[in-house]
Amino acid sequence: MSAPPQLRMAGGLRGALAAGRFAVTAEIGPPRGVDPHSVGRSAALLRGWVDAANVTDNQGAHVRLSSLAGSLLTAEAGVEPVMQLTCRDRNRIALQSDLIAAATLGIPNVLLLTGDHPRFGDHPDAKPVFDLDSVQLVWTARTMRDDGLLLSGRPLDPRPGFLIGAVENPFAPPTDFRAARLGKKVAAGAEFCQTQFVFDVAGFARFMAEVLDRGLDTRCAVLAGVGPIRSLRAYEFIRTKVPGVHVPDEVGRRLRGVPADRVAAEGVAICVETIQALRETPGVAGVHIMAFGYERGIPEILERAGLERSARAG
Amino acid sequence: MAERPHPTSPATSARGTYRLAPILRPSPVHRRVAAWLERSPRALRVFTAAERRTKEAVFGCRMCGQCALPATGYACPMTCPKQLRNGPCGGVSPSGACEVYPAERCVWVIAHERAASAGRADDLALLQRPVDHRCSGSSSWVNYWLGRDEGLWTGDDGLDDRPAIHRSPVDLGLPAVRR
Repeated sequence: MSAPPQLRMAGGLRGALAAGRFAVTAEIGPPRGVDPHSVGRSAALLRGWVDAANVTDNQGAHVRLSSLAGSLLTAEAGVEPVMQLTCRDRNRIALQSDLIAAATLGIPNVLLLTGDHPRFGDHPDAKPVFDLDSVQLVWTARTMRDDGLLLSGRPLDPRPGFLIGAVENPFAPPTDFRAARLGKKVAAGAEFCQTQFVFDVAGFARFMAEVLDRGLDTRCAVLAGVGPIRSLRAYEFIRTKVPGVHVPDEVGRRLRGVPADRVAAEGVAICVETIQALRETPGVAGVHIMAFGYERGIPEILERAGLERSARAG
Repeated sequence: MAERPHPTSPATSARGTYRLAPILRPSPVHRRVAAWLERSPRALRVFTAAERRTKEAVFGCRMCGQCALPATGYACPMTCPKQLRNGPCGGVSPSGACEVYPAERCVWVIAHERAASAGRADDLALLQRPVDHRCSGSSSWVNYWLGRDEGLWTGDDGLDDRPAIHRSPVDLGLPAVRR
């Protein structure tokens, strides 16, 4: 790939996965507004602590700065970006164009997903696109990179070189199809996968056992999604309002079992313990931390979970 | 059809549908009928309308013109609000409800149940290629009998050869893409 080398971080996500090092990624939500420093501020909190940071694509179908621009600002701030790209707002022409743009501008990783339905966003009146689904988008990106072809069959020269990621939710029904569904994404070309929030480590271990059974872990690095629940309101919200998140009752019992001023600390402690348990779970290649509005707390969580900064400073 | 896509449970049982489906399998008779329909625009319109009415009533068909039903437990993936052809999204509720229409069951949960009950759960692992929107509104049965549906999906797991996303060229009588 002839990408501008200044955006390449030392090692980065690809390097961590290739070295078999427990990888850490986090998430940056671009701003609603045109503040050119907002993304950089979030990225600065993560620099050295993560191998790469996802930049979300109008997350929850709420309009924000585009993930392409956010990824460039993230790279400028010294953190390797993972550009998220959803099928919600673009047809196959725009998707391929954005993938070409990402590769041309030196964005080394893309995470390809279906996307939340516009009904849940701030423009419920928008036209949902969904021209491709996430498996087909992963397949398209792989075809562009490895075969040097667009969906039209036209050649792409030079080809992109990005690392291709996908997502999976091990807890959503039909649960006995979830590992097979990840298998489809792997067959289509996914090299890493970030999962929905894991609060139920035992349930996640059952999913991972099937992933190992199918040999998917040797072709695709699975990064388990984690994040701190820092208030009872956040607990209720994530339990009832966020599609596809499974929070066991035990988490609620622990959060309710401490004085009100200790709930945030208990939530962080649960997150730290979850990461520690995931490090011991066979097949888990890393964690993906989602801490909306609490990026400043990510270094502490990682440090307490034994994931030191020095290992990824670059 | 004009309605937004919403998850639709088929009106017929999985067992019954799997048992009935072979009568539509392409045969020389089917091919002759399809070829004749293609030459007779009025007959094709009547045939397509009948197909639409039948499949709308039974599967909630949206006439994409490239039927995935045989590989999805005969539950139509085009009734998914995101029209996902390769399996459920991550937003399915613990009870199996659709994230967009919580009063409805996710059509992929239905598809998985039906396929599994017929011993066909592996069908859901097939990679479904992107939809050709030029086929929208056309008769999927005619397309099927004339072999245009070949290559809608592939069983390739990507281990030996990378599965190709392209379908073998399909002649729809439309201008070809210039290379």
